[in-house]
Amino acid sequence: MASGAAPYLVVEEVSKAFGTVMALDGVSLTVAAGEFVSFLGPSGCGKTTLLRAIAGLDPANSGRILQAGRDITALAPAARDFGIVFQSYALFPNLTVAENIAYGLRGPAWPKPRRASRVAELVELVGLTEHVRKFPAQLSGGQQQRVALARALANEPGLLLLDEPLSALDAIVRLHLRQEIRTLQQRLGVTTIMVTHDQEEALGVSDRVVVMNHGRIAQIGRPEDIYRRPANPFVAGFVGRSATFIAWVEAAEGLLQAGQDGWRIAADAARGMPRGTRVEVFIRPEDVRLTRPGEGGAGSFPVTVRHWEFLGPVCRLTLAAGPQRQLEADLPPDAAHALGAMPGAALAAEVPPERVLVFAADA
Amino acid sequence: MPETRPDGTVALPAAAQQRVAGDALLLRGGLWITASVLAIGLVLPLATLFVRAFEDRDGGFAGLENFGRYVTTPTLLAAAGNSLWIAAATTAIVVPVAFFYAYALTRSCMPMQALFRTVMLIPVLAPSLLPALALVYLFGNQGMLKGLLLGHSVYGPIGIVMAQCFYCFPHAAIIMAVALATTDARFYEAAEALRAGRGRIFATVTLPGARYGLVSAAVVVFTLVVTDFGIPKVIGGQFPVLATDVYKQVVGLQDFNMGAVVGLVLLLPAIGAYLLDRWAQGKRAATLSGRAVPYAPRPRRQRDLPLLVFCLGVASVLAGLLGVAAWGSVIRFWPYNLSLTLDNYDFARFDAAGWDSLLVSVRMAGLAAILGTVLIFCTAWLLERGTRPGRLGSILRFAATLPLAVPGLVLGLAFILFFNHPANPLGVLYGTLAILVLNSVVHFYTVAHLTAVTAIRQLDPEFEAASASLKVPAWLTCWRVTVPMCLPAILDIAVYLFVNTMTTVSAVIFLYGPDTKPASVAVVHMDEAGQASAAAAMAVAILGVTLSAKLLQLGTARLVERATQRWRRR
Repeated sequence: MASGAAPYLVVEEVSKAFGTVMALDGVSLTVAAGEFVSFLGPSGCGKTTLLRAIAGLDPANSGRILQAGRDITALAPAARDFGIVFQSYALFPNLTVAENIAYGLRGPAWPKPRRASRVAELVELVGLTEHVRKFPAQLSGGQQQRVALARALANEPGLLLLDEPLSALDAIVRLHLRQEIRTLQQRLGVTTIMVTHDQEEALGVSDRVVVMNHGRIAQIGRPEDIYRRPANPFVAGFVGRSATFIAWVEAAEGLLQAGQDGWRIAADAARGMPRGTRVEVFIRPEDVRLTRPGEGGAGSFPVTVRHWEFLGPVCRLTLAAGPQRQLEADLPPDAAHALGAMPGAALAAEVPPERVLVFAADA
Repeated sequence: MPETRPDGTVALPAAAQQRVAGDALLLRGGLWITASVLAIGLVLPLATLFVRAFEDRDGGFAGLENFGRYVTTPTLLAAAGNSLWIAAATTAIVVPVAFFYAYALTRSCMPMQALFRTVMLIPVLAPSLLPALALVYLFGNQGMLKGLLLGHSVYGPIGIVMAQCFYCFPHAAIIMAVALATTDARFYEAAEALRAGRGRIFATVTLPGARYGLVSAAVVVFTLVVTDFGIPKVIGGQFPVLATDVYKQVVGLQDFNMGAVVGLVLLLPAIGAYLLDRWAQGKRAATLSGRAVPYAPRPRRQRDLPLLVFCLGVASVLAGLLGVAAWGSVIRFWPYNLSLTLDNYDFARFDAAGWDSLLVSVRMAGLAAILGTVLIFCTAWLLERGTRPGRLGSILRFAATLPLAVPGLVLGLAFILFFNHPANPLGVLYGTLAILVLNSVVHFYTVAHLTAVTAIRQLDPEFEAASASLKVPAWLTCWRVTVPMCLPAILDIAVYLFVNTMTTVSAVIFLYGPDTKPASVAVVHMDEAGQASAAAAMAVAILGVTLSAKLLQLGTARLVERATQRWRRR
């Protein structure tokens, strides 16, 4: 999505401290015009602080923020060009849907007829035409969310900020609304930043994802890159599910040894690492291939099924590979039955070497 | 929308930038106004009082001489001791009664709870002089129930304690009702599931849950008694207490320095109580989680019936005392000629100001209610939401809670010392309505401030951020959203200020001028002059005004709700 043109939003070395806690520690990133970027991370990672610094609600202590070529670092929120949807929506409870949406449409630029037609346009855009006279408390959570979105978009801001916009909704409405937000964003072409702690949400709708931890950026990349090629153990562990253990690089190219029992696994990522390097290994459940004992390929190893969990479309098996090592494997329930993968069963497992995630461990 | 420059950058219109800066200036200016009001009406007077306690009559530095004179004068020390034990006795009586009354209101299925709740609040509307006058009717030298005191005189500790119980009861009962109402039903379910008996549940769940409420109630009652002036003035006879001592030193002996010393002594229990109460409040807040399930009592005759009898008893004493005062005010000549008359309401016969003093009171209370509500609510909003208040904000936050610790009599004394100082250009205010209004607003600032803060904190914290993102100035959002949503609380604040300013004696007794004598002071003067019936009549007239104000509030509540609270309906 990022093109050769100058980025729409530039964040340069932005830091913010609350007392002695560094909420943001030298964060830099760029967002292209029309791009949808998500800030993803555990609670307290600084994602909301970064969003509020971009909005000017909690100004940064140091660093620079440029929007459309203009330095906005020191500007008050009202002097910037953005719309925002808060986690709580912050709809004005004593004003109707129409009054909420029209709230920012004031001054000589917005005479009454123009205002009314803009509100009509917006309620239609978010599909709330029959609810314009209602108060927020009379709407469902999803409808309130749409009112907040329409209010944020009313002034045609250059930048749309979404602060955990879906976290107050139940699972089905969430899924539906996140697709709706993405469609709307693409239709309007508005540059959008969304803060979320829900990785599925971030991966599902974003052009790029910014993973954050402890006030720093852990990785920026397209959703697939983040998932398939995590830059560090934090991202590998935070995004998606994985089994993890410590191993050492063997003499042979791309071979890892773990534990005292001489258990070995091949990993492309370990090629070129010096022998004896201590590494952290991550294996995702969907990458583990199971076969009957003796039917596996050269790299297969024996496992025992410890536990199995029925999750609907897949079964998640907990596997013991040696005395202290556990893996997880996802496979369709029918395939699990066919293999006889019940607790106690002995099977063979195999992981494609290109799918094993390996990171040099410190010390 | 901002326009794009030829070089691709975008400029915000200069007017918009100026507007943003102007808003911030406006908001900060608001805080400075409050800061100066609290400086002139609280900090500087108290500082003057403090300094004067260390000066001799001619303004020279006297060191601890005044304090030395204080501790070596037996009558002054005796007054301090009297104040303490009177307060302790009243607390010991009022708090348990208030606890069970509130328990009946919140934890039982006793009938007529709404009625009992209303009766409980009535004493708040009356000046503290009213129960004292009623007790004089009943137990005084010509009292019809005098025999019940077995030869003891009502003029003294007995009368003071009885009147204080009436006066303090609603304050304690309100606190207890709140403490008992905010409980978590799950504790009771857990206790029942573990097969605890009723007595054990009461001892292990109910009492511990209410213990900080009990501390708060005890502290409030104790402080009210120590600092109240009206009751010991009317029914105390020759029995000296701290509050009447301040008055005697200042008005009787014109010894301002000793007055200042006694004032500081009076400040001690009040500040101690204030600190204790803050501690209890903090503890209480910590015991409540946001997800508490409200407790709903189930009917049980063995509990409900005794509580009903108890509440009927308490309520009839409260209503009875008021009734006696009202009745006494229309009696021709107590107790010899019980025929009815309105002569006692012809106040011009007893006091030169006549009905005018009631008018002064209404004007004073009205102005205090209007100006005070605007000032207090705006300040609370500025501190909570308006801007980043910084150090000035923290100072104001603290200053706003301070008046609760300053007894009215001390504040009034501090006012005279400060405004009467020859070098003070604000001295022209002395004796005017303005100084009475300022004094009243400051005197009752804290409770009003806390009410406003509580109401504002219930609103979504992102309202101002949302309006900033929509380029709407914060003050406009305050006007369009915050004020309409908080209107019930704003009316509560206004009525609270009005009622308290109408009924207060202690602060204003030092500050009125020849044309600005409030009705409550007129009550004291008529009582001093031996015109008890006229004094009762004036006290009843005050009650009439405050009761009307309260009824007006209740009457308009529905109207207000229809106009501004429509959004609450689903």
